[in-house]
Amino acid sequence: MSAPVAKLPAWVEVGLIPLLNVTVAFLVSGLVVLFIGENPLQAVKILVWGALGFGEGIGFTLFYTTNFIFTGLAVAVAFHAGLFNIGGEGQAYLGGLGTALAAMALDRYVPWYVTLPFAICGAALFGAAWALIPAYLQARRGSHIVITTIMFNFIAASLMVWLLVDHLSPPGSMQPETRTFAAGGALPKLGGLFEMFGADMGAAPANISIVVALAACLFVWVFIWRTRLGYEIRATGLNPTAAVYAGISTVKITIIAMLVSGALAGLMALNPVMGDQQRLQIDFVQGAGFVGIAVALMGRAHPVGIVLAAFLFGMLYQGGAELAFDMPAISRDMIVVIQALVILFAGALEHMFRPGIARAFALMSSPQRARMLDGGEAG
Amino acid sequence: MSPDKDDSEKDGREPSRPLEKSRPGAAPAIRLSGIDKSFGTVRANRDIALTVEEGTIHGIVGENGAGKSTLMSILYGFYQADRGDIFVRGRKVEIASSDDAIAAGIGMVHQHFMLVDNFSVLENVILGAEGGILLKAGVARARAELQRLEREYELQVDPDAIIGELPVGLQQRVEILKALFRGADTLILDEPTGVLTPSEADHLFRILRQLKSQGKTVILITHKLREIMAITDNVSVMRRGEIVRTLPTAETGPEELAELMVGRRVLLRVEKGEAAPGAPLLSVERLTVVDGKGVRRVDDVSFEVRAGEIVGIAGVSGNGQSELLEAIAGIRPATSGSIWLEGGKDLARQADPARRRLDGLAHVPEDRHRMGLVMAFEENENSVLGYHLGPEYAAGPILKLDAMREDARRKIERYDIRPPDCRLKTANFSGGNQQKIVLAREMERDPSVLLVGQPTRGVDIGAIEFIHRQLVAMRDAGKAILLVSVELDEIRALSDRILVMFAGRIVGEAGPEADEGELGLMMAGIADEEAAA
Amino acid sequence: MDLTAAVLVLDSAVRLATPLLLACLAGLYSERSGIFDIGLEGKMLAGAFAAGAVAYWTGSAWLGLLAAIGAAIALALVHGFASITQRGNQIVSGVAINFLAAGLTALLGQAWFSQGGRTPQLSGDARFSSLTLPGAEALRDVPVLGPIYYELISGHNLIVYIAFLMVPLTWWVLFQTRFGLRLRAVGENPAAVDTAGISVPFLRYRAVLICGVLTGVAGAYLAIAQSAGFIVNMTAGKGFIALAALIFAKWRPWPAMGACLLFGFLDAVAIRLQGAYVPFIGEVPVQFMQALPYVLTVVLLAGFIGRAVPPKAGGVPYVKER
Repeated sequence: MSAPVAKLPAWVEVGLIPLLNVTVAFLVSGLVVLFIGENPLQAVKILVWGALGFGEGIGFTLFYTTNFIFTGLAVAVAFHAGLFNIGGEGQAYLGGLGTALAAMALDRYVPWYVTLPFAICGAALFGAAWALIPAYLQARRGSHIVITTIMFNFIAASLMVWLLVDHLSPPGSMQPETRTFAAGGALPKLGGLFEMFGADMGAAPANISIVVALAACLFVWVFIWRTRLGYEIRATGLNPTAAVYAGISTVKITIIAMLVSGALAGLMALNPVMGDQQRLQIDFVQGAGFVGIAVALMGRAHPVGIVLAAFLFGMLYQGGAELAFDMPAISRDMIVVIQALVILFAGALEHMFRPGIARAFALMSSPQRARMLDGGEAG
Repeated sequence: MSPDKDDSEKDGREPSRPLEKSRPGAAPAIRLSGIDKSFGTVRANRDIALTVEEGTIHGIVGENGAGKSTLMSILYGFYQADRGDIFVRGRKVEIASSDDAIAAGIGMVHQHFMLVDNFSVLENVILGAEGGILLKAGVARARAELQRLEREYELQVDPDAIIGELPVGLQQRVEILKALFRGADTLILDEPTGVLTPSEADHLFRILRQLKSQGKTVILITHKLREIMAITDNVSVMRRGEIVRTLPTAETGPEELAELMVGRRVLLRVEKGEAAPGAPLLSVERLTVVDGKGVRRVDDVSFEVRAGEIVGIAGVSGNGQSELLEAIAGIRPATSGSIWLEGGKDLARQADPARRRLDGLAHVPEDRHRMGLVMAFEENENSVLGYHLGPEYAAGPILKLDAMREDARRKIERYDIRPPDCRLKTANFSGGNQQKIVLAREMERDPSVLLVGQPTRGVDIGAIEFIHRQLVAMRDAGKAILLVSVELDEIRALSDRILVMFAGRIVGEAGPEADEGELGLMMAGIADEEAAA
Repeated sequence: MDLTAAVLVLDSAVRLATPLLLACLAGLYSERSGIFDIGLEGKMLAGAFAAGAVAYWTGSAWLGLLAAIGAAIALALVHGFASITQRGNQIVSGVAINFLAAGLTALLGQAWFSQGGRTPQLSGDARFSSLTLPGAEALRDVPVLGPIYYELISGHNLIVYIAFLMVPLTWWVLFQTRFGLRLRAVGENPAAVDTAGISVPFLRYRAVLICGVLTGVAGAYLAIAQSAGFIVNMTAGKGFIALAALIFAKWRPWPAMGACLLFGFLDAVAIRLQGAYVPFIGEVPVQFMQALPYVLTVVLLAGFIGRAVPPKAGGVPYVKER
């Protein structure tokens, strides 16, 4: 028996402690800004204004948010099965291939809303396929999925460069990218929606794939907490031995969870490929797969938390760009630092403040409550 | 501590009768006073006072969770006491780490061996006592020292053998060698016979007597009264974190010790009527299970369990009982042989626990923490684990949460599970209540065959009686029950027939009235020829 | 391919293998102690940046090296604190460190030097220059042995020699010393080490510190020996190739050298073959050669060519159990 851990109220566990962790991550980020010699409060002001202060800013924020919802969900679904999928980057990259193939096959013949379902299927299928091999190797041969998914990110990068340079770029073009899609391969932007509120989205690329992202959130919530498969995924993630005892095939669950995870990562490609650039470019994922790790950790692998965390990171990415413009000393790499600190404090150091908070609660709570806790099992 | 403790218990902490001593007048090898230790809000040790005389074998008995291992871990520096003093040969010592304990001449053989599997015996022995920055000189010295210890204490073992390839008995010997190599005068053994056959245990006891005759002090932690009576000079009884009595072994008996352990007269026999066995509901024929390492865990086992009987499987743990249960439950694939439920088709081919549940086989696993429950699940989620595919809990792919919770509430009421909250996390229930969650789940489906492994392990005494009554009631309702337990007393109290397993085989069968010595011989694999005949 | 060309490719393989080897041995110490480290990349990158910056400011390669070691140790201590003291998830911590290094180096590089994240060009004593081994000039014209000694063995900078000397040293430490015995034990069964009276955290912190030192040296090699300054993301996945090499070597020092030389060789060949035509195969895409180390590692992990079994206690925080 392990030493019992003091029980804390639920709102402390899922509210106070995560909030504290993220707050500390941002405080340390503030120290980095101070160290560079700028005013952190001023930086926050510029950042928030850049992200939310005007229509175009909001449009960019939502664009980034869409990416991070997909990749955050991808990491979260794998988490629930007890798997760490670091391969979101590569799966999203391959998802781009699926999206582009669907778009290029249909864009000249049908309108976007006919292309979209095919593109969704293509993106999900290719992303899932790229997750399948690491999943299979983990389930059947016990190869550590963290390492194999890392390796698959690099393999994906090489594969995609080769495809784009040698096979997908239009004849005569030196650019490593596909042709630009026709109107049937372009997703409508949210500009109209912005105008309804009297705002101008300008050149921001926010598009209707954010609706797909929100639908994916709903899907993940139902899938994990309301279906038999989700029940089996959670059982496997929390106690694999008990899952086997219950007749749940861990091989099946590992593979299904990774397929869903890879598909969600793959869907992320809709947003930049069909929603923004209307073509497949080298390195279009730009680290969104990794941001998904921070988003999932911060959002505690729950869709609502993920949407909030994704929005926060969307703000950081957009506001960070504005910040780099106004304070040249603080380049956009600041976001990567913040992302790292969030992963560190909300992930690796998530229990750092727990003992202190538990002590504080023990001091505050009445003697009656202390006696109640004392009634636990004698060890 | 509650202030209204009765006086007899208070007095009990001091030895009521003079203890056995090897040398009168010598300072005790170990003296503990006022030791307190809490984990979070649980007090594992309360105001412990203990005197262990030099050159004696001192037993410490108590139920699971009485605080024996915690106390010894404090003495060995694995934990630090919140309060209290430790004296070694009359001198007060601070033991902040195992290093300090070793320096004070204390060695410990843990229940789970502390060995590095891919190291040689020699490397394991010198770990932490290498005798210099470079290994070479230390290894040579250790080799010579090992030879001396082997001669002196009958502790033969090949110094170059790889630990992972040695049988358990020899691994334990390496643990003792480790302690002696570090110059231990006092040796603590924590439940050393749990993994041994009776003959290996006998050998161990010979070694312990040899150690005693050389002037070493031995502290033996066990929950087996037989061992206490067989080998110790003095004995201390622990209950709920306290030492309730210390007395010379010669002046007490198992009944008195048992009473001290549980605090009131134990019901040694379970109230049950004569069995009325009917048709066989579970048949196992020539079942063989070979594990991933190629070891035959279950070897050509055949038996039947009939309606209305409890068949107990006795044996030292690690002789294939766990694998047998898992193979019948479908968790572990059978290598060859057949398994039938009530004359249905042979199930041994596909290992599919879900299918077998539907066919009326229920399984209370040996280890509820590891296998029977998902501790982070809500109670209601655990109360359908394994049955979650049933149409009453799901409509197509979607779970019916209301049905699950309603069902859980019913079971909570019938089995008096406390607290009665089906939304509470399972980890927040006590051990006894967790076991009730498992039992309720497995029994309420009205299975025809019930597999039960270690039903009362780590369960408080009140829950034990409840669980035993439930099992007998199931039997009387015409179910077939296969019971695996390492507690021979439990097997004898509940079973209508007893099968004894040794080294993966069933080596004998006996009735519940069988003589304990006879069963012990069979468990050691000695009497299998005559017993099987 | 004639001898000169072969020697040149091998020479280039040695140069490319050096940072891999240092990072790989760094990972070996950490993972043998039971602390998984996917943050080799980040520590190397931080080391490279610190080396580039300090070497520029002071004009001293040695001070650059020291700074690299210091920066990598700082990150190693973060990883140690998270994994050992706080018993956090070692993979998550490693991911965080990689991002922290990637973000901080680019951010500070831009803030301090305003050259898009890179550090200014170094020259002279601010870099480690090539050493000519005794007798190299004299032997230069001896057939076969001459070019091998002059090109392949002589003429590298100090860090290359340090890296390759670390291999026998690591073997010796691991298998001939008390520290090595305890290090191997703590990665397999920390409880055995604890009950033997040895502090598990102290032992693991020392392993993590050695890991920091070696990744720091690897970073310094990239910035102030192989190149003349730091550029953004100059490790470009080398930390992960080193990790792959470590798995390939099954956590043993000599095979680690073999794996790093193999991956270095693949890299050297890929550079040389860029666009070249190989008989019977045609033009080998350079991306294929780049992906080969990762593909090989996956194949190995899949158990199709031998089995890579990591230290048993790796990745699991040590908690005392009753």
